Amino acid sequence: MTRADRRKLANGVFVALCGIATAIALSLLVAILWALVGRGLGGMGILLFTSDQPAPGSIGGLRNAIVGSLIMCGLGMAGALVIGILAGTWLAEYASGTRTAATVRFLNDVLLSAPSILIGLFVYELLVAPFGGFSGYAGAVALAFIATPIVVRTTEDILLLQPAELREAGMAVGAGRALVIRRIMWRAARTGLLTGGLLGFARISGETAPLLFTSLGNQFFNADAAQPMASLPTTIFQFALSAYDQWQNLAWAGALLIAVAVLIVNIVGRILARESHLS
Amino acid sequence: MPLKLLCSIAMFVLASTAGSARSLSGAGASFPAPAYAKWAEAYRAATGVKINYQAIGSGGGIKQVTAGTVTFGASDKPLKPQDLAAAGLYQFPTLIGGVAPIVNLPGAANGQVRLSGDILANIYLGRIRRWNAPEIAAINPRLKLPNLPITVVHRSDGSGTTFLFTTYLSRSSGDWQRQVGASDAVAWPIGLGGKGNDGVSAFVRQTKGAIGYIEYSYAKQNGATTLSLRNRSGRFTVPGMQSFAAAAASADWLHSPGNYMMLVDEPAAGAWPIVGATFILVPRRPNHPAEVRDALRFFAWGFRHGDTIVAALNFVPVPAPIEELLVRQWSRLIIADGKPVYSRW
Amino acid sequence: MAEASASSAIERRGPGEALFRFACAGAATLLMTALAGVVVSLAIGGWPAFRAFGPAFLYTATWNPVTDVYGAAGPIVGTLLTATIALSFALPLALGVAVFLVEFCPARLATPIGIAIELLAGIPSIVYGMWGLFVLAPWFAAYIQMPIALSAEAGSWADTVFSGTPNGANIFTAALVLAVMILPYMAAVFRELFLTIPPHVREAAYGLGCTSLEVVHSITIPSVRRSIVGVVMLGLGRALGETMAVTFIIGNSHSLPRSLFDGGATIASTIANEFTEATGALHEASLVALGLILFLITFGVLAIARALLRSTDL
Repeated sequence: MTRADRRKLANGVFVALCGIATAIALSLLVAILWALVGRGLGGMGILLFTSDQPAPGSIGGLRNAIVGSLIMCGLGMAGALVIGILAGTWLAEYASGTRTAATVRFLNDVLLSAPSILIGLFVYELLVAPFGGFSGYAGAVALAFIATPIVVRTTEDILLLQPAELREAGMAVGAGRALVIRRIMWRAARTGLLTGGLLGFARISGETAPLLFTSLGNQFFNADAAQPMASLPTTIFQFALSAYDQWQNLAWAGALLIAVAVLIVNIVGRILARESHLS
Repeated sequence: MPLKLLCSIAMFVLASTAGSARSLSGAGASFPAPAYAKWAEAYRAATGVKINYQAIGSGGGIKQVTAGTVTFGASDKPLKPQDLAAAGLYQFPTLIGGVAPIVNLPGAANGQVRLSGDILANIYLGRIRRWNAPEIAAINPRLKLPNLPITVVHRSDGSGTTFLFTTYLSRSSGDWQRQVGASDAVAWPIGLGGKGNDGVSAFVRQTKGAIGYIEYSYAKQNGATTLSLRNRSGRFTVPGMQSFAAAAASADWLHSPGNYMMLVDEPAAGAWPIVGATFILVPRRPNHPAEVRDALRFFAWGFRHGDTIVAALNFVPVPAPIEELLVRQWSRLIIADGKPVYSRW
Repeated sequence: MAEASASSAIERRGPGEALFRFACAGAATLLMTALAGVVVSLAIGGWPAFRAFGPAFLYTATWNPVTDVYGAAGPIVGTLLTATIALSFALPLALGVAVFLVEFCPARLATPIGIAIELLAGIPSIVYGMWGLFVLAPWFAAYIQMPIALSAEAGSWADTVFSGTPNGANIFTAALVLAVMILPYMAAVFRELFLTIPPHVREAAYGLGCTSLEVVHSITIPSVRRSIVGVVMLGLGRALGETMAVTFIIGNSHSLPRSLFDGGATIASTIANEFTEATGALHEASLVALGLILFLITFGVLAIARALLRSTDL
């Protein structure tokens, strides 16, 4: 076999393997979605959004859990984006190449890999026990702790991968560092920053354990973040492991809802990113 | 610009959720959670008061009520009087339920297969490994048991159900008592751990020849195949409202200091041997007496009006004279600023 | 990545500059303080267990809440096993998917497939746990464990490695579920990384007559190699700490697993299973000590990765 033939063969095998990998990933997706949609679709309906969670034997929906999740994820992501993007920017722009940055980056990865249940315990010690009560705020803080390292990591990676010419061009026209970062680097890295935010959101939207120790849960509707608050993952957890059919159906419906929400957030993010590229 | 938008949204959300009074929350055992949830729903319809109960586990309930982060805690395992005193808590039972061993034996009907506590302990110790073992065959003379290996399933998470089950095994078998003991979570000699009633039930359902134990209400809802057990008086009983009530009725409530009451292995003729009450814990000298009073009113309402709900969920209410006793205890024992917290309404 | 550090003159421009810089540095400090807080609270909470058992805590495999004797060996082994098996499945798949989407897939298909992969990432981990328990476990028991159990001779290598109760709840299936969980994360970020490589670099290589394999091998992957290691660490960290997906299906046995198909436990699943119910002070302290150990394992893994990166020059 000539060298060219060998290269072609190797390439063919490689392409096939990549295709198989994608096929496997997609078939797993189908398998899981099949289970999710099959069991969750029945519970979807207007009642899911207008009615609070029922006691066993009654009919109801997941309104209180949905609202609670929105509030806590919203607050949590807000905190995570602010701190995460700023910290990631510091790592990539102001401290790039220094020993401190390397240490901070490393420690960030450690926090990233921390099991969320331990973060929940920590926030419990910080915000629940001393203040004498579970609250939506504590839940949001726990979620922020979990999402921030993801945002920091992706922000730093994306900013570092931007061509140096962008920075140099900005500085060449006399712009200050902050201006260069905000107007040029962040804009250029917009999609990447968005991905970081989306990954963080996807991660915290399904987190259960930390919320058990911080926001406790609430079977009634509650929009007051200073009180215990329901959330979709904790309600799903409680319902899925119960004996009651309505509860189990609601659990699958809630799980489907989270998956669909993440999908919508993804699509919206992409549309926004595309628009900003064109403008 | 997006940063500004984000900040203003955050401000808006924070402002609209700014400070309000504590609401009434309780946390603890998952065993009675469905009953408390149904009570709370009906109570809210009747009085407008919201009682938020979350199932985080008995240990969690005890911890949180001691820490003062919730108004009341719920535990499947009663605290001994000295622990109660140390934590400054008062406990009282609200409901009674049972634990049912379940099996996966093709062709077996509910209650058809008979076992005793001793045999059950030996199965869970790994000494009896097949369904057609002589000990099991001896106690089931009319059944032809298959030559299937016994797959033991237990709970992987800590739970009151495990506490009741292992208490029963400890009382039935000296070996179990010595080797393993009784607790929410034990070092199981053999077997698979399933998470929650659901996990145990799923494992048993998927494996022929498996045996496990779950809350009776769960078994009833899911159609799992239950066994009959030989109780202390020598009769074989099946789990159900009658056999639970029989166990509850023969218990010595009046002479239980701190309301510490175990209903396992009761001597009544028709009693089911693995029965337990679930308890509510409140602080004896509460810092927020109004909330504790509201919580107690909720449970008084449950005692008075909640029996049908309880029965529909396959629990047994605490016997009525005992309920009266308890309510009177509240006025006597729970004090704040020298005045009783609870008053009859 | 030579940074424009010779820009001190421009930086001094106006208070806005200093404020922004302060905000960025402050955010990083806040993050570090939070991390320190978590470690300190773990150390304080877990100290009673270390004091009671000493270093034996790390290699004893007992876990007895009744006699209050605890040893972390079982959960530690389970954690490491499941994470490594999961990663060894997920990494090649994730790379393959990302390469496929960037190099071979027609643009029209690439976006929806990319979205589909990210959709997998958005599914809450508890769904993976439930899917694992109700779908994967029975299938695995029926189609993989039973055939092996029936055909392997007693005492052979296969019998030892693959023995275990054939109901699909074991270390291996837990690792599979973990692999499915971390796959979409890694694939999504890999793809994002590959897309940042300027197209002209790859086109130049193609122009020279390189095959796709050669382009990927010598250009795509090396140019984002550092970030790839980072993403692998992300995935590994997730695998080490994942709770919900693993707890349902790992079989929860605290003793050391005797085979791949034996039940086991991970540190995260042990904490999740027992923490809320643990009333004994030593039991609780042992669980927190487990948490600290997990933290240290992750720390160690990341430190090793960092050392490896340093030695392979950038």
